[in-house]
Amino acid sequence: MRMGTRTRMTKNTASRPKRQAGRRHPLTAVALITIGLFSTGGVYTLFTSSASAANSTATAGTLEDGGKLFAANCATCHGVNLEGTKNGPSLIGVGAAAVEFQVATGRMPLAQNGPQAEKKPVQFTSDQITALYTFVASRAPGPAIPDAKYLQANGDTAAGAELFRINCAMCHNIAGAGGALTQGKFAPPIGGVSPQHIYEAMITGPQNMPVFNDMNLTPQDKANIITYLKFLDKSPSVAGYELGSLGPVSEGLFLWIFGLGAIVGVTVWLAAKSN
Amino acid sequence: MADHHDGESGGGTVGTAVEKTVPKDSAPGTAVVVADRVENPGFPPFRARVGDKFPAKQREAEKRVSLLFILSIVGTVAAITAYIIFPITPGDMLSVRLNNLFLGIGMTLALLGIGIGAVHWSKSLMNGHDLVEMRHGTRGSDETRAAAVEIFRLGNEESGFGRRTLIRNTLIGALVVTPLPAIVLFRDLAPAADPVAGLKHTLWAKDTRLTRDPSGTPIKASDVTLGSVFHVIPEGLNDATDKLEQKAKAAVLLMRMKPEDLHPSAGRENWAYDGIVAYSKICTHVGCPVALYEQQTHHLLCPCHQSQFDITHEAEVIFGPAKRPLPQLPITIDADGYLIARSDFTEPVGPSFWERTL
Repeated sequence: MRMGTRTRMTKNTASRPKRQAGRRHPLTAVALITIGLFSTGGVYTLFTSSASAANSTATAGTLEDGGKLFAANCATCHGVNLEGTKNGPSLIGVGAAAVEFQVATGRMPLAQNGPQAEKKPVQFTSDQITALYTFVASRAPGPAIPDAKYLQANGDTAAGAELFRINCAMCHNIAGAGGALTQGKFAPPIGGVSPQHIYEAMITGPQNMPVFNDMNLTPQDKANIITYLKFLDKSPSVAGYELGSLGPVSEGLFLWIFGLGAIVGVTVWLAAKSN
Repeated sequence: MADHHDGESGGGTVGTAVEKTVPKDSAPGTAVVVADRVENPGFPPFRARVGDKFPAKQREAEKRVSLLFILSIVGTVAAITAYIIFPITPGDMLSVRLNNLFLGIGMTLALLGIGIGAVHWSKSLMNGHDLVEMRHGTRGSDETRAAAVEIFRLGNEESGFGRRTLIRNTLIGALVVTPLPAIVLFRDLAPAADPVAGLKHTLWAKDTRLTRDPSGTPIKASDVTLGSVFHVIPEGLNDATDKLEQKAKAAVLLMRMKPEDLHPSAGRENWAYDGIVAYSKICTHVGCPVALYEQQTHHLLCPCHQSQFDITHEAEVIFGPAKRPLPQLPITIDADGYLIARSDFTEPVGPSFWERTL
């Protein structure tokens, strides 16, 4: 041990004159790397942002632009003529509503293969999305963008709640908190989802969700369900914090950990000797 | 510390009129003398608390305890104040939440303040020595026991309970018979009809139309598009007097897939109509409603215990605790194109029961 301290001392005395002789500070390398990373990133951001600016100026919601966007972004998996490939389903007859739902919620274009496409930041501007669904809808008829009069959330809340309990609650949870399906798939939470996307999901049945067409749930039924969901969005939970509205699972876990934890803590305190 | 017992000296007779029982030295029935009884280790050495050493600390503890009691008073006042400040307005659910929250916080402070204060008081200020209160035998003294026997003997003699056997026997008979009305009454809580027959049949019958839940409007085969799922009740269910009991058995899930995706077994080829299939919604495990249908995989998932049913293979169980496939409702269409049942379910729906033979 004494030997060790001695060698360290000699090393220190040896390095000190070196630094005084104009050698770089040890932190210089770190500073240089930081500067390098920031400048590279900045230049990259500049280039990519200019590229996307060029993209958005080129779209005007026209059919041709939709075709070009489709060919560039979707055709790899869905086929040049919407016929589908082994990597993606055919889009013939899916209609404007399906395209709007998938693209405007960020589910498409798909980031990676997985149990199901997840909601993520939207990749296109609203003009580009309009162009895309106009193009897809022009190739074959399908469910159209819903009429705005059904999206006002001014229908019958009680009727909507009953329909929601019968048709939706088993997957999406009675409070719309979502739930698990098989093999990694899940029904997403639907709190805060826009009325248009709720309507489009019902009428197109994205991914593993079944279709609820207008013969099953009339447009007015769908408007009532939207009314109920919007009512849930703006109604506070009476009993305080919801813990995800998952019922006995999260509430039981909370009680087991914090309730029993508190009881154990109090018991230990009661029995411990005071100092 | 004067009454710092060592466990043996306390004896069992303090303040009681009973004798102390002497523990046996030998195990009963073996006559073996147990030689190595565990010695009473006594108490751990007394450890003085800070309050025992420094009187100033005792004053601090005294302040803390009274502060907790004052906190309890504050909590009580806060609870009353909160109840007045946040009244429950009918129709406004948020007011219920605020009312309950602050009322609860106030009452929690009030109760915990007293409780924690009392415990803290006893732990930090009250006498801190250890002591043992010995357990004493429960056998009464011979005089007490003789007196008790005498009371019984006197009671028997004065009432003539042992002598007048007619009275005694009729009394016992009357007591035995008293609970009989309860048996008759409780028997009527069970269904009057044989429940087994009720479990084997549902409201479905030949030519009963499939209707939407809850409206009860009939469903055309053309309404059920590919990938659709309909929640179905039998026609006339909404008019039934025992609607909920019937619905619990007759609820059906209607799905449409490509006809080539279905793999019906022999004899069941015509139970589907052009890819439209109807299955009981009642899980064969413990009867939860199975309605989590995945339209791409054609799997039905039960949310209670994760049983999975493959609709393309007659709802066979592919995962989970269910032991039988979901019963299929044979369907076809009538002259107007509406979906109708070919018959009732061909097996009992829902979980197993004792008399089930299938």
